[in-house]
Amino acid sequence: MTSKIEMTDIYALAPHHRFQWEEAQQSYVILFPEGMVKLHGGAGEVLKRVNGKATVGDIVAELKAAFPDAEEIENDILGMFELAAGKFWIRKV
Amino acid sequence: MTQNSLGDSVVQKTVQAQNNGVAATATHTQPLWLLAEITYRCPLHCAFCYNPTDYDKHTQNELSTEQWIKTLREARKLGAIQLGISGGEPLLRDDIEEIVAEAHKLGYYSNLITSGVGLTEKRIQAFKDGGLDHIQLSMHDITEEINNFITNTKTFELKKKVAAMIKSHGYPMVLNVVIHRYNIGHMKEILEMAEALGADYIELANTQYYGWSLINRNQLMPSKEQVEEAERITNEYRAKSGSKMKVFFVVPDYFADRPKKCMNGWGEVFMIVTANGDVLPCHSARVLPNMKFPNVKDDELGWSWKDSPAFNKYRGDSWMKEPCRNCAEKEKDLGGCRCQAFLLTGDAETADPVCSLSPHHHIIEKAIEDAKNPQLQAQPIIFRNDKNSKKVISGELEERTKEFHALP
Repeated sequence: MTSKIEMTDIYALAPHHRFQWEEAQQSYVILFPEGMVKLHGGAGEVLKRVNGKATVGDIVAELKAAFPDAEEIENDILGMFELAAGKFWIRKV
Repeated sequence: MTQNSLGDSVVQKTVQAQNNGVAATATHTQPLWLLAEITYRCPLHCAFCYNPTDYDKHTQNELSTEQWIKTLREARKLGAIQLGISGGEPLLRDDIEEIVAEAHKLGYYSNLITSGVGLTEKRIQAFKDGGLDHIQLSMHDITEEINNFITNTKTFELKKKVAAMIKSHGYPMVLNVVIHRYNIGHMKEILEMAEALGADYIELANTQYYGWSLINRNQLMPSKEQVEEAERITNEYRAKSGSKMKVFFVVPDYFADRPKKCMNGWGEVFMIVTANGDVLPCHSARVLPNMKFPNVKDDELGWSWKDSPAFNKYRGDSWMKEPCRNCAEKEKDLGGCRCQAFLLTGDAETADPVCSLSPHHHIIEKAIEDAKNPQLQAQPIIFRNDKNSKKVISGELEERTKEFHALP
């Protein structure tokens, strides 16, 4: 089901999914009917920027600027998009 | 509802998510899932209901709206995030709108678990305005005959109308179908019906035997062959259906070699608050002997979860006996279900008899054989209703409860 992620693609959170910071867990989570996924720091940073407006390229550039010391970050970000789209947490707009 | 339908899938998904590398390690000390069993009153009388058979004791002492709101606030501070509003039929209370709105303000992802009876345009609009996130509707069969028979009510047409109402208000459609002898032969048709109704999720929850379903076990249990066929049809449907409908098939534990990791572990992620305010680590925990469960009327919720003797009793594995104690697989299932172990063997600390390594496994084998016995099958179903609950309490139905070590 997973299509290739292009830098010009724009994604939004899938319907019926909610993304929020959980104070008690000190992490971001995605909530959906009868489930939740706890996101580690990097995954949370990516999903936080998925807003139906920014392109994948915008998000990659923004994260590279925000985390200049992180290496090979682009592949990780694209991998996260692929996973999140494959799990239907996000959808292409 | 069945036990498994309420929560196991959440945990399974959380755990799966941890395995795919996205999630950090599990936080095993927070009641991530709060189930509010807000009333035991119910207009349906389902033969497979997991509610306690003596529920009639708790229809007059329900928590007030204020007590529920206080409970929601305290649980949220402990980390609760998924909220199930269940029952009985929650819509029999007229304060669900208020509770839903408060849950939304607190940041819960909230789910109304309903038979659909009592859901009107006015109420669903109020839930939408209040921020309810989804509605899980129980369906029973593709045929009016079996729907009405197993629920002991005429609710077939109503459920279809409610499904359409849920859809038209933009809610995800989550259907729950409890599977038993009377509908297991209609798996393909049930899946097609769900698809036609526009379901986003369907849970095919094989009956697990607690509460009313335990005393009706001989009347409800399908054969192993029927279960295998149902699973085959479900897998076939998943493989060929191009739809986005997610299908969950909850395997019945009686036909498995190993027990389920009940509630994903005692006091690990689930907290249930019952209609009268009891705080439980699992739906049927009150069957266990020598246990005093906390109650929100008397006890602070943080203490109940973290420090109460009841919630600590079966946390971890130090309570285990052989063959669990030294079993290589003990972390996988934590010895199974304590309630099932006690109800069927009289020992709450022994292995769940579902396990083929259990010295009591013959009890499960006998139950499977009994369910094939035409004479036992022919005993009447005891439907879940107030009259029958009173009879259970008074001992009038002892014939059907006596083989169990506590009232189911």
